Amino acid sequence: MQIHKQQMFNCNPDMTPMIDLTFQLTFFFMLSLNFSSDVQSDLVRLPISDIARPVEGAVEMPITIQTLASGMVLFGGDQMTAQALRGPLQREQAVLAGLAGRYRHGGTIVIRADREVPAGKVQEVIRVCQDAGFEKFVLRARPKQ
Amino acid sequence: MKFSRAGSEFERVDLMMTPMIDVCFQMIIFFVANMRLFTPEGDFNVTMPIAAPREGVPAEAQIPPIKIRLRADAEGNLAGIQMGQRPLRSLKELRGEIRQICGVDRGPTAISMAAEAQLDFDANLRYEYVMDAVSAISGFLASDGQTVIPLIEKIKFGPPGRAKGALP
Repeated sequence: MQIHKQQMFNCNPDMTPMIDLTFQLTFFFMLSLNFSSDVQSDLVRLPISDIARPVEGAVEMPITIQTLASGMVLFGGDQMTAQALRGPLQREQAVLAGLAGRYRHGGTIVIRADREVPAGKVQEVIRVCQDAGFEKFVLRARPKQ
Repeated sequence: MKFSRAGSEFERVDLMMTPMIDVCFQMIIFFVANMRLFTPEGDFNVTMPIAAPREGVPAEAQIPPIKIRLRADAEGNLAGIQMGQRPLRSLKELRGEIRQICGVDRGPTAISMAAEAQLDFDANLRYEYVMDAVSAISGFLASDGQTVIPLIEKIKFGPPGRAKGALP
């Protein structure tokens, strides 16, 4: 029986395309990464507006209050009633009042309310914010696709 | 002069690609894990001054606020729109009225910048209708479908209204 001498192949795969792809993926995710501190809860389905456009520039000292369809308020990760918001908002206002410069006049209340919530509940939240000394409000909506 | 042959020999340098690829994969995993998909959101500014409006004769240049009332039915749906004393059929009509008042065709005018709208609504009206009204008052889309032409920028909510069917 004749045994052939086994041939050894030097297998060097071309790594260049894989590295290219890896770099492209890295850059894609780097550019897509959002470090924004915006508060967005999936529990809130925003109303849709045909003229709502993404915000240009940052809202000055935003304080986000989210109103769920049940009428409960989501603030700082806690669910509470609109009236229970009074204490935390007064604390926020006290902190803002202690800050020097432009923030002394208070922050901006960003209201993210569910489209199904009775508007009176949103008004109640606004009233509580007013009682705490806030005057500037921003109502958030989702742009129509 | 004698050159040594050994000095002219090229040495093959094998780069270790494995650590670099490892790092790249780790970066990809980091970015994938931290990726949060945000849907873009738009803002509408609402001014709600704390102080009560001053009594007396208003300044000559001050335009009285355009009062818009939204009525709700028992289910919270929009049942009627009223601008001043005049009933309107739809929010589209409301936008048309506001456009006429502001005289806006190609851009913001002095009236649109100075005018103020007060929105009153029943407490049980669904919030989406309020935002529809705010959109109708705030602006409209130009013929290109992209540019937003602003109408009234100063919007405020009236005092809280009663829910439909609620006791006075």
